[in-house]
Amino acid sequence: MSEVKFSDDHEWVRIEGDVATVGITTFAQQQLGDVVYVEVPEAGTAVEKGGEVAVVESVKAASELYAPIDGEVVESNGGLADDPAAVNSDPEGEGWFFKMKITNAGQLDELMDEAAYKAFVESQS
Amino acid sequence: MTDQDSEIKKTALYALHVELGGKMVPFAGYALPVQYENRGIIVEHQQARESAALFDVSHMGQVRLTGADRIAALEALVPTDITNLAVGNTRYSFFTNETGGILDDLMITQAEDCLILVINAACKDADIAHLRAGLKGDVKLEILDGLSLLALQGPKSAEVLGQWASEATTMSFMSTIDMTLAGVDCRVSRSGYSGEDGYEIAMASDQAEAFARKLLEHDAVSVSGLGARDSLRLEAGLCLYGNDIDATTSPIEAGLTWAIQKRRRAEGGFPGAEVIHGQLADGVSRKRVGILPEGRAPCREGTELTDDSGRVIGKITSGGFGPTAGGPVAMGYLETAFAPAGTVVQAMVRGKPRPCEVVKMPIVAHSFYRG
Repeated sequence: MSEVKFSDDHEWVRIEGDVATVGITTFAQQQLGDVVYVEVPEAGTAVEKGGEVAVVESVKAASELYAPIDGEVVESNGGLADDPAAVNSDPEGEGWFFKMKITNAGQLDELMDEAAYKAFVESQS
Repeated sequence: MTDQDSEIKKTALYALHVELGGKMVPFAGYALPVQYENRGIIVEHQQARESAALFDVSHMGQVRLTGADRIAALEALVPTDITNLAVGNTRYSFFTNETGGILDDLMITQAEDCLILVINAACKDADIAHLRAGLKGDVKLEILDGLSLLALQGPKSAEVLGQWASEATTMSFMSTIDMTLAGVDCRVSRSGYSGEDGYEIAMASDQAEAFARKLLEHDAVSVSGLGARDSLRLEAGLCLYGNDIDATTSPIEAGLTWAIQKRRRAEGGFPGAEVIHGQLADGVSRKRVGILPEGRAPCREGTELTDDSGRVIGKITSGGFGPTAGGPVAMGYLETAFAPAGTVVQAMVRGKPRPCEVVKMPIVAHSFYRG
């Protein structure tokens, strides 16, 4: 069983055991527009909640992706190098960015569940 | 409503943009669509390369100069030869300052009894003040703020206007003709900012929305926003004022020498003529160039360019993703020694050097109508 949570930076975090998969939400990709370049972290990179961890660029602009929780990157989505548009077409599936080992499970409680995130998005628009 | 909201101006097509899903953003004081829902910049860009894209460029300033001294008066502010500009033709021009820098770039059209100028939205107030202060003799300036301006860009543009006026299909590039299209009186110039064949069409603002809807009835036409306008002009090597040219860049550094006609080079008589003469004789220390980054990472405006030793030798002034080029494209200034096509320089992106090749502009070939 997996559980999906959301950050206020519009990332989704799918939790399976002690590993979290991270990507950006449908709302975030709609705001960005056509994604043309993604830079993902290498496996082994230690990340801290709120630290810059990846880059996503649309035609118009470059944006940073921040780590939603502390941890260590265990795998990155290499497929995005050749197909960055997957972030638009399947943001919460093929368009995932990286997987990380969760080192501070307590931080998961600070993320939103789907209903809270939905309300958050509505408050933003 | 905040002060800022109340200051944002709307064009005559505002309601149409919103109806079509335009993502409205403030641009030079106007609410304009950066892109449209369910389309996006790449699709809107290809619309202009492959078919016909409709842009609202009503934010641009339109000015009419009348009076017996209008040509000489304007020539005192720009290095363009307006005396030998035939009636019905348009030239690219710029206002220069005393140091040979560029205050704004503009289009000048020679009409039968007047000159029509199209100036940048962001520079409109400054340009008008500059004109009022600088125009000498019998010349009257009128701001045409009752007009809207639409651009129809792309290989099918001629076919679209041809349904109403066959002369639109045969008029030459950079010519301007008054004609009636779909029952609307229009001033039509065969020009644009995309590198494609196309038109800029001025008409009374109270007819603009109905006219835009008529254009959109044609299968070949769809709307495109500011995002696509920028990626198109970048691939076409066309300057954006404020990025690629400004008060500190000279036309010679910017590679715009072609826009200073022979008589004006010889005679001068415009602000900064001595500086520009000197640069024409002795060369310039930096030049505007096209830049193709290797790999897929876009290099944005402000990115420093270095040589292999890490010394800063220039800067990117416009950069992003080129949908037709299929990868990152940019332009910027480089020390003259590094400006020849084929030179490899490094762009510092997020602290890492990325190799870039200097290339000739345009990056995507122009497809202007040549008869």
